[in-house]
Amino acid sequence: MSLGGDIVAVLRGDAQADRVVPPTGFTARLTLFTAAAMAFLAVFALALSLATGRLADRWGSELARSATVRISAPAGQVEAQVQAALRVLRTTPGVTSARVLDAAEQRALLEPWFGPDLPIESLPAPQLIDVVEDGRGYDADGLRLRLTAEAPGAVLDDHTRWRRPLIRAADRLRALGVVSILLIAGATAAMITLAAQAALAANAQVIGVLRLVGARDVYIARAFVRRFTLRALVGAAAGAALATAAIAILPRAGDAGGFLTGLGFQGWHWLWPLAIPPLAAVVAFWATRLAAFRSLRELT
Amino acid sequence: MIELSDVSYSYGGGELLSGISLTLAPGSFHFLTGPSGAGKTTFLKLCYGDLLATAGRVTAFGQDVRGLARDEIARLRRRIGVVHQDCRFLDHLPVAENVALPLIVSGRDTAGEAANLADLLGWVGLSDQAGALPPSLSGGERQRAALARAVIMAPEVVIADEPTGNIDWEMSLRLLSLLVELNKMGKTIVIATHDLNLIRSAKQQVAARVLRIRNRGVQLAGADL
Ligand SMILES: Nc1ncnc2c1ncn2[C@@H]1O[C@H](COP(=O)(O)OP(=O)(O)OP(=O)(O)O)[C@@H](O)[C@H]1O
Ligand SMILES: [Mg+2]
Repeated sequence: MSLGGDIVAVLRGDAQADRVVPPTGFTARLTLFTAAAMAFLAVFALALSLATGRLADRWGSELARSATVRISAPAGQVEAQVQAALRVLRTTPGVTSARVLDAAEQRALLEPWFGPDLPIESLPAPQLIDVVEDGRGYDADGLRLRLTAEAPGAVLDDHTRWRRPLIRAADRLRALGVVSILLIAGATAAMITLAAQAALAANAQVIGVLRLVGARDVYIARAFVRRFTLRALVGAAAGAALATAAIAILPRAGDAGGFLTGLGFQGWHWLWPLAIPPLAAVVAFWATRLAAFRSLRELT
Repeated sequence: MIELSDVSYSYGGGELLSGISLTLAPGSFHFLTGPSGAGKTTFLKLCYGDLLATAGRVTAFGQDVRGLARDEIARLRRRIGVVHQDCRFLDHLPVAENVALPLIVSGRDTAGEAANLADLLGWVGLSDQAGALPPSLSGGERQRAALARAVIMAPEVVIADEPTGNIDWEMSLRLLSLLVELNKMGKTIVIATHDLNLIRSAKQQVAARVLRIRNRGVQLAGADL
């Protein structure tokens, strides 16, 4: 029988085939509990992963798409150094544009500190060049060296670069969340394998009789696979629902809470927990199926 | 139908059965006798593929049993009905379902076979016990339920291991007559027993041959029984 047909048969069920293997109350409850607990953890790992992912994205987009080159030089040299710096910037890979700020823009920048009537032209204020980089970014250290050589008064100020390590940390955290989900899936598979093996061993007599009257391995396996798949599905649905509810009622503190209160789902991401129960069912299906075929070959 | 050529078997120690060659022809009726522990059950298990010969070859329906995959063994079991010495029921299912078990596990529509099942239970005299659980059956009822289960798939061969082991003479005769009836319908019958009276009684009804396990071999017994 094809695998697709097998899964359909497992879900459709066969009341009579189900009765052939006696119910196993204790393993059943343990499997339900395990699936629920694992789904609960998986939803939190998912939330963590998505939240840190969002954080990394937000910081990343705010980050140094723009930097500033500040040129402070004796009055007569400013213009020459500005031109030199522009030449350097325009030939720097990773820099999309370099634009000299005009007096009005510079005044606007300084206005909060010095008021609107600042006579900027008469002040030895540095000249600013706005630098926009492309997605790949540029080599800041290399650019600094070249600027120093061509325009000694130029200082590259890439003020938002300090967030780079933070973004790396957030990315790492997102990866850890994904790893956690994989580990949870693996642990679920391991526990369901153990439970299925215990159930199969407890039913060795029954399995022996079934083999004697001509039952094929797939038939016997299916009785167990169906049970464990359904238990994993139901348990994981309960666990995922509880975890989602727990996340939904986390207190909100707006932006002040930052990362802590950002640990939730946003928009369609609330649909993600729905993927956990089917995932648990697939894991249980394979774990039980493999355990069943292995045990059946050993038992009879 | 079932053919053994130079078959030996050992459970790991010395050889229990050795150099056995014989043919169970279609429609034949065989008894298998021998002292307890001689290897009757072992011989029968070799015939229906529950054990594999340690040497020699067992052929069932033209196929070498050794070469059969697990699924093919399962299919073989549906063509050979077996009454096991210890009956082997599922104690959590009522008698009717135990009898129908070969149908259930082969994926056949048991609802469509309900009339058949009722007839069969009536034939072995268990209509009233259809809903009982196996542990509540008497020895003779268990043996008859086992026989009903062995024949529900209309197998070509019926193998019965001590089918009258636990039951009184009258019930033994009743069970024998059921097996004789099956033989007259063309089934190949093999019965392991050490009840010589049963064999004598059968010989009056059918052309039964008697195989005796002696000195690890199987011989055809003469008229000395
Ligand atoms: N699984 C086994 N492992 C080891 N030895 C076994 C096994 N099964 C049977 N034997 C031994 O093989 C011998 C033959 O057993 P078997 O059951 O074939 O005898 P039998 O002729 O059917 O006896 P009975 O008339 O008492 O049913 C016995 O000595 C038994 O102890
Ligand atoms: Mg025996």
